[in-house]
Formats: sequence, structure tokens, C-alpha cells
Amino acid sequence: MTAATFTAARAVRSPVGPAVVLAGAFLALVCAAALAPDLFASAPDRVDPAYALRPPGADHLFGTDQLGRDVFARVVHGARASLLVGLGSTALAALAGSAWGLLAALGGRVADEVCMRLADVFLSFPSVLMALLVVAVLGPGTRNVTIAITIALAPGFARVVRVRGAVVRDAPYVRAAVNLGVPPWRILARHVAPNVLAPLLILATMNVGAAITAGASLSFLGLGPQPPEAEWGAMLAQSRDYFDASWTLAVFPGAAVTLTVMSVTIVGRALQARYEGREAR
Amino acid sequence: MARRAARRIGLILFVLWGAATLAFAGLRLVPGDPARIIAGGVQASASPAVLDAIRAEYGLDRPWPVQYLIFMGRLLRADLGASYQLNRPVAEVIGEQLGATLALAAGAVAGGLALAVALAVLTAGRPRARALARALEFCAISTPAFWTGILLLAVFSFHLHWFPVLGEGGVRALVLPWLTLTLSIAGVLAQVTREGMERALDQPFTLTARSRGAGENRVRLRHALRHAALPLLTLSGWVLGELLGGVVVVEAVFARQGLGQVIVTAVAGRDFPVVTGVVVLAALTFALISAALDVLYRAVDPRLRRAAT
Repeated sequence: MTAATFTAARAVRSPVGPAVVLAGAFLALVCAAALAPDLFASAPDRVDPAYALRPPGADHLFGTDQLGRDVFARVVHGARASLLVGLGSTALAALAGSAWGLLAALGGRVADEVCMRLADVFLSFPSVLMALLVVAVLGPGTRNVTIAITIALAPGFARVVRVRGAVVRDAPYVRAAVNLGVPPWRILARHVAPNVLAPLLILATMNVGAAITAGASLSFLGLGPQPPEAEWGAMLAQSRDYFDASWTLAVFPGAAVTLTVMSVTIVGRALQARYEGREAR
Repeated sequence: MARRAARRIGLILFVLWGAATLAFAGLRLVPGDPARIIAGGVQASASPAVLDAIRAEYGLDRPWPVQYLIFMGRLLRADLGASYQLNRPVAEVIGEQLGATLALAAGAVAGGLALAVALAVLTAGRPRARALARALEFCAISTPAFWTGILLLAVFSFHLHWFPVLGEGGVRALVLPWLTLTLSIAGVLAQVTREGMERALDQPFTLTARSRGAGENRVRLRHALRHAALPLLTLSGWVLGELLGGVVVVEAVFARQGLGQVIVTAVAGRDFPVVTGVVVLAALTFALISAALDVLYRAVDPRLRRAAT
């Protein structure tokens, strides 16, 4: 054991740090905003031209936008679209990627070749371009952006699951189960799946941040939820035109995306450190 | 060696074929009629006769296997077809904008690599500096490029008036978009480089080098950095592949001309020949990058050269 691994192992056992607690609290807040936005602020679409482009103040915590809509309400209501795209596409991609990867790992040589070469093709262009291609086919909107990001993320999951699946497939406990005559579906459900699942869940957590960023990027490009729906990326894109009048318009939705992505990453890393610590012991 | 090269080329061709086929399949899956898009969008009122004429001209009335073969045949002759929206050859549309995008991307990669290596060399194995650098890198990674760009615009263009607000206008207009991409690239690469450096600094050969009287700078630059270069190369390949995505967003933030604007317009208008052209170009770039990395690995790590012979 070198000094580095020793300190790493000790770090894992140390209690949860303040950053993780803060990140978790912020995520809880974002989830609450996504589930029940009206608890925090109502009427994100109420237009009040007389009150347009006001700076942050007592009446409007984050100020108002070009149509006099309350920016705080819109940021709160935007949480739902971002979380829906981030969590939805990650969950779908993990599901589709698992099926894809398991088919490659367990389906024999031909299935393996076909599945993995297909993954190579999918991974041979940038994920944002992949998502753009899908949006070109399906058209813009929240649902289609979710599908697009799912398709962009799934091959990455497939690769991880295949590697992990191949390791588990050749593990002694699976061989033992085969020799004992346990039916294949039972081996898959009881022995393979749980051992593939843990790294998959960690990868999924790490990917939620990327998925939220990708979703907000597509909205920023005008391909996400269509106006007047409140969405962080779309709000940022609109803020560009009113920069001179009110630069704070660009601050709040951007901070919302960034803090959410940061929190997800911090929590994901903490989970990963825990898992790897357990593996090492 | 010749066998390796042949395998590489085969793989490149396969990926290109796959990407083109995927784009073609996507094109076929589209609900709605391409002829209408060519005639000027879904809302445009074109008579059935006009639509028929368009279908015949673009070969859209043939069965799809025939269309696929025609599409592939053209692709082999590097003919990407004509844009639906612009009525100009796709190669021309892409070629025109390629320069602006390349200038941005190449500058950002060079800047990102330099910044990442500098950060790693300066902070590896130095706990306080490392903690600070890590926090900064984490911020750089987590902040979406469009927000970094907008914040830079707000501070340096609108507030301080150091740089032009709109994208055109020579090198000065390139600074902020370039900085936006550089920061996000450096954030990703610095972490991996530092990890590699620290692993190398932990190795016996570092101690040997020190005991022979090598100074700190020499140990870091001559001995440790070379070991950190392998993971750095691997990740650089991924970063380069993903770069086009970042470029699309950054070009939109700064309203710059370039491939990004071409893609977004084509996607919004369902201009499939252009979309296909960009997809094939991206796949080709990616394949060439990974081939180049393969060569670079060997240059950096002599052990790989020995293993291959």
C-alpha cells in the first residue's frame, strides 16, 4: 500500500463533507421547485409591460424580464423542464444502454461485434451533434430533446455495461450458478444484474449533470421547449437581446443551471468515492 | 505495421459508412415531406405539380433502397448534394464556414492544452495550490459554455467595452469565444494531467532522478510530464471529438459565423443534405483524430513501440 492509496482509503471513511451536504440540500430545493413550483412563486407567465426589465428588488426578487414577467418565478418554474430532461434522458439512456451492453456481453460473439461496432458509430460524432441530428428528425420540444439526449448518452452506458457484464459473466459465482443448474433468467436477475447495477448507477449520477447541460444547450439554441414555457437555457438565450438594459437577466437562469450541475456532480463524486472505497476493501 | 494501418483505414471507412447510413436512416424516418421543405417550408403553399417536379428532381420518388445507393454513390465521389434551403452545394456551404470554426477550435485546443499542462505542472503534489486549482477546474467544468460566454460578454464587452459585442471583426472578436472554450477544455484536461503527474511523482524513478541531482523543474517537466501525457492524450481525443458541440453553442452565444450556425439553421429548417454533410464531416474528423492519437501514443511511450513489433 503506497502512501497515496492509504490516504485515499482514509478519506473515504471520513464523514460526509459540508460540500456534499450543501449540494444535497440545493438538489432537494431544485426537486421541490420541480414538483411544486407554485409553493415558491406563482404566475411565471404573467405579463406586465409597465414593469419590464426592472432590476432585482423587494417586489421582484430577481427582477423582471422584457415582458415584465417575474424572473424568480420563471427560474423556479424552469426547474421542472431541466430536471425532466436531465433525469428522464439519463434514466432512459441507462435502461437502453444496459439492454444494449448486456446483449453484447451475454449474447455471444456475433451479437457482441454487432452491438459494439454500432456503439462505435454512435460514439464517432460529438454528443451534441448526435442530439441535434435527432432533433432535426423529430422536431424541437421538451420530449424530443429528452429522446435526443437519451440516444446521445445510451452508447456510453452500453460500453460500461458490456465491460462490467463480461467481467461478471466470467466470475466464479456465475460459473458456479451455471453448474448448479440455475435457470439463465435467474442468473441474470439474481447474480449478473446486481453486480452490474452499482457502477451503472454511479455513471448515471455523473451523467445527469451532462444531460442537464446538454438539454439547456439545446434550449439555448432554440430547439427545446417553445415559448412561453419557462426554461433556463431558453431564458438565457432571450436575455442576450436585453443585455444593455438589464444584465441581471442572464445571471439567474445561468446560475440555476450551473449550481444544479455542480450539486449533481458533487453528490455523484461522493457516491463514487464511497463505492470505490468499498471495492478496495 | 502495414496490417495495423490497413485495420485503421478499414475502421475509419466503417465508421464513416455507419455515420452516413445513420444520417440517411434519420432522413427517412422524418414525418413530413422533404419536397415541402425544398419548396419553402411546411407553411408554403406549393401545388401538387410543383411538389411532384421537386420529388423527381431530387430522386425522392424512387424506392428508398435506390435512393440509398444513389446517396452512397455520390458520397463516394465526395458529392454531398445540394442544400434544401439554400439551393447550393453542401460542400460549398460547409467549406465557406469551415475556416471561422477551425480558427476558433484550433486556438481553443491550443490554449486549453497549454493552460491544463501549466496548471498540472505547477500544482501537482502541492496540496494548497492543488486545492485552489481543483476548485477552479470544477467551476470551469460545471459551468455550461453558454453561461461562461454570456458572463464574459457582460463583463468585458458590455461593461468594460474591451471587446466587440458581435462576432465579426477580426482577432479582437475571437478573444472571448476562444477564452470560453479554452476554460472548459482546460478544466477537463488539467485534472487528468495532474493525476497522471502525481502518480508519476510517486514512482521510484522520480526518486532516482532526484537522487541523481535533478532539480524540481527538471523532475516535473522531463520525467513526470511524459508519464502524464498518455492519459492526457486519451482525454484530448475525446475533448476534440466533443469540441464541435461546444463550438456550436459558443458560436451561438457570440453570434459568430461558422459551422455552428450552419448546423443550427439546417436542423431548425430540416435541411437534411446539410445535416448529413456535417455528420459525415464530424465522423471523419473524429476518425482522423483517433488515428493520429494512435501514432502519438507510440511517439510518447516507447513501450508501445516495442510491443507492436
